[in-house]
Amino acid sequence: MLQGISNEAFVLGCSAIGAGLAMIAGMGPGIGQGFAAGKGAEAVGRQPEAEGDITRTMLLGQAVAETTGIYSLVVAIILLFVQPLLGAL
Amino acid sequence: MSIKFILSVVLIAVAAFYMVKNVKLAIITFCVAALGAIVNYAGGLVSSFIPVTIFNAVVIALGLVGFAYYFNGKLKEESIEGQPSNLLTLVEFFTETVNGLVVSTMGEKNLMFAPYIFTLFIFLIISNIVGVIGVSSPTANYSVTLSLALITFVTSQYFGIKTAGIGGYLKGFFQPIPLLAPLNIIGEIANPVSLSFRLFGNILSGGLIMTLIATAFGTLTAAIAPALNIYFDLFSGILQAFIFTMLTMVFIAGSIND
Repeated sequence: MLQGISNEAFVLGCSAIGAGLAMIAGMGPGIGQGFAAGKGAEAVGRQPEAEGDITRTMLLGQAVAETTGIYSLVVAIILLFVQPLLGAL
Repeated sequence: MSIKFILSVVLIAVAAFYMVKNVKLAIITFCVAALGAIVNYAGGLVSSFIPVTIFNAVVIALGLVGFAYYFNGKLKEESIEGQPSNLLTLVEFFTETVNGLVVSTMGEKNLMFAPYIFTLFIFLIISNIVGVIGVSSPTANYSVTLSLALITFVTSQYFGIKTAGIGGYLKGFFQPIPLLAPLNIIGEIANPVSLSFRLFGNILSGGLIMTLIATAFGTLTAAIAPALNIYFDLFSGILQAFIFTMLTMVFIAGSIND
């Protein structure tokens, strides 16, 4: 089955699969950010006058929680567009 | 620069005019779009010497410096009697907002960082949302975000050494037990890396998604793109600029106040 596939095509295809797998990490930040947003909504409901501070803290925390997702995104982008594995052939 | 792009610029101006029936706003929209086209064209000319994104970063920085000189000269002519002009009110609002943010995040004694924070914020906002007018975002280039993050890193390390002394600074790495020193050093280095990757990844992925949509929908893009532009360029861009400046303040304040 692998007879007609060149080395480059095989590496590129595997890179694409790897990029897709890397993006599974997007789940984690999604859960974390949703949790933070829920807590933020709770806090605003309990103390509506502090909405500005709560929103700022929530956004900052969400940005830090997003880091792992961004790492996976960078890995996927490198696999797709820089194609470092082709150099190893 | 293609005919299609000029056509879209004209269309945007006409649409803005009919939407608001406001000649002034339509002219401003047209001028901004035309500016984007000019910058794009110039970027294409120099693209064999330097990357387009770096060229855009330089153009934005020079433009901001020019704005600062112009408005500084105008502000000095303002009289303190009578009603303050619109410009003075606007500048006062910005200054007070940024000063309040710096004081609430870094403390009263660190107010000297407010000019740098505001400069960083304005530069990042302009860089992030410039994709709306068709100019490629400077922050979609990793070297730009890394240099901005390195400024934060060096500043925080410098003030960490300055406040604690070189001995106290080095001792900080061996807290709470000496065994954790490698982890502390890695944690210190991870700050600029995550700071730069966050901005870079967000802006680059926004641009990539817009490109994917443009290739997927073809001529229908004009109908679908505006709503996505609002999210990926405006909302995400302003949010990421805010987060970058907030984290810069937190890192610098953390190294000073320890």
